[in-house]
Amino acid sequence: MLRIENLCARVEEKEILKGLNLHVKPGEVHAIMGPNGAGKSTLGSVLAGREAFEVTAGSVAFQGKDLLDLDVEARAHLGLFLAFQYPVEIPGVSNMEFLKSSVDAVRKARGKSDLSSVEFMKLAREASKKVKLDQAFLKRGVNEGFSGGEKKRNEILQMMLLEPSLCILDETDSGLDIDALQTVADGVNAMRSPDRSFVVVTHYQRLLDYIVPDYVHVLAGGKIVKSGDKSLAKELEAKGYSWLDGEVA
Amino acid sequence: MSEQVEHLIRKEYAAGFHTAIDTDTLPPGLNEDVVRFISAKKNEPEWLLEWRLQAFRAWLEMDEPNWAQLNYKAPDYQSISYFSSPKSMEDRPQSLDEVDPKLLETYEKLGIPLHEQEMLAGVAMDVVFDSVSVVTTFREKLSEAGVIFCSISEAVEKYPALVQKHLGSVVPQKDNYFAALNSAVFSDGSFVYIPKGVRCPMELSTYFRINEQNTGQFERTLIVAEEGSHVSYLEGCTAPMRDENQLHAAVVELVANDNAEIKYSTVQNWYPGDEDGKGGIYNFVTKRGVCHTRAKISWTQVETGSAVTWKYPSCVLRGDHSVGEFYSVALTNNYQQADTGTKMIHIGKNTRSTIISKGISAGKSQNTYRGLVRMNPGADGARNYTQCDSLLIGDRCGAHTFPYIESKNPSAVIEHEATTSKVSDDQMFLCQQRGLDPEKAVSMIVNGFCREVFKELPMEFAVEAGKLLEVSLEGSVG
Repeated sequence: MLRIENLCARVEEKEILKGLNLHVKPGEVHAIMGPNGAGKSTLGSVLAGREAFEVTAGSVAFQGKDLLDLDVEARAHLGLFLAFQYPVEIPGVSNMEFLKSSVDAVRKARGKSDLSSVEFMKLAREASKKVKLDQAFLKRGVNEGFSGGEKKRNEILQMMLLEPSLCILDETDSGLDIDALQTVADGVNAMRSPDRSFVVVTHYQRLLDYIVPDYVHVLAGGKIVKSGDKSLAKELEAKGYSWLDGEVA
Repeated sequence: MSEQVEHLIRKEYAAGFHTAIDTDTLPPGLNEDVVRFISAKKNEPEWLLEWRLQAFRAWLEMDEPNWAQLNYKAPDYQSISYFSSPKSMEDRPQSLDEVDPKLLETYEKLGIPLHEQEMLAGVAMDVVFDSVSVVTTFREKLSEAGVIFCSISEAVEKYPALVQKHLGSVVPQKDNYFAALNSAVFSDGSFVYIPKGVRCPMELSTYFRINEQNTGQFERTLIVAEEGSHVSYLEGCTAPMRDENQLHAAVVELVANDNAEIKYSTVQNWYPGDEDGKGGIYNFVTKRGVCHTRAKISWTQVETGSAVTWKYPSCVLRGDHSVGEFYSVALTNNYQQADTGTKMIHIGKNTRSTIISKGISAGKSQNTYRGLVRMNPGADGARNYTQCDSLLIGDRCGAHTFPYIESKNPSAVIEHEATTSKVSDDQMFLCQQRGLDPEKAVSMIVNGFCREVFKELPMEFAVEAGKLLEVSLEGSVG
């Protein structure tokens, strides 16, 4: 599914990722944890193809293709989805219009037929019910005036409709209360399947009580310094990251 | 991102083509004889010739205005031809079948199939091809309602009293340099008359098109809505590709009598010049309406074309409780320059005005909002709300806002809000991450930005406006 080898990337002149390796097989859920400034969010941005990030070395294979060679939208068409930490607003563009255009574009690229408006509405309503987002949000501007929790649920809604094969969740738990966290986790868990993988980037172990990962990795100093199963997350919670200092160096 | 912008901005003007039709064209130059020729050619009554000559003499004494945020080489008024008409139109066709097929072809290319429009949209078209009205449809249906919708030349012939009463009543001959020029040499345009208490049964629509090289276009439009009547009018323009600058100086006058309502919508897509700023239309327009008691005039404009735009559709709120509205989207790309806005002159008591202006600048263009809100001493309880938003695409364009506020009445309330924003990398990244290509993404973001204005457009034209924006934006992301 996803194979990252020795990935190095920088923003402007600052090296952020310094030789990161990660292999994700279909159906797996990988959690990436780590201290602030370790490069967790950078990973998601680099994978999704954000222009400000420059890859200086390494390779990323996704679905058997050279991911780094593709445009942002081509990566999306191929099934890569990034749920943003801070979803941006697009004033005046209705959520429904945005979702329909996205789904149309992705379906077209995947060689699927267009959904009729009626079919799409049905899917959108079902999905919004699952993430407990009132249907009124479909008519509002994209993220316009949404609360933090509403924005995150809107991300999950988009994820459901776009049916990606790899979902990267960038600190989706930040700023969520327990109920919202549960809703988001339920949405993610409902989407788990043998041919869909998840990379869950988080600062806190809490999210992993709801979305139980197959693997936990610690990202520090721009690379994965420790990997383990879900018990690693508990250990980190108890000990913090400082006990790993030796491995970072 | 800038490379994408470049690419988008470089798309060629989709409506750029030229139809070869013989024309009866006056050689370039402007003097009293030219004014007399035009008037004679149109069999005008003596009073109108006099009226034109007064305007011409006034124009000779005037200077071209230079206060706008525009930088262009002043047109050489002696190198312009002031009259042309398609020859085959000497005898007015009685139906579409009699229309020069090449003309029809032109409209087809522009996506204005008359046959379909007749049947599907129920839109009456007064098509101006160069300076002469070619064909008017739906005349009968309108005349049943007592509505007059014809070319201004025909109105001069058939309804001289109406024309004489209202022509120049809102925009006097000497109003400004371009209005004076127009008054002297106007070739044709539309005339609309809605009788007392009548609600016009359909949208009235005119497509303008500049076709002859070196032919200035001087349309004159006059709309009179009698007491308690209602009309919605749309003008849309597109012109063929051209190297030399073409001058356009139109005048539009609206008269809304007591309790009448006029909605005037414009979609303007004249050739804006190429990506190096060569060519393009110079558009100097004077549009103004007067509102009597409890009358309402609403201007909605989507301006995407022209190399230079100088245009301020205005409302004179003369009657008590009258209402003026101005909704505008002005998009500039490449080297386009626009200085556009409105004037709301509050004279009557409890008059209200709303101004919503959306300026979008891309490429190396300059986009200026210039608006005046004036509260006269008698305008007790008058209110104005102005919202002025600018959107920048890329980092080589400019947005400017010049709001003029004059309040001579302490009970008047004026609100002004202004914002400037950019199409952000974050927005682009979100859209692309969700599978949209950059072109679609920009177009969607810009359409969202313009939503408040688009919703004021008649339904069937709102879609068109969205598409027009998409085409005009080709070559712009930030």
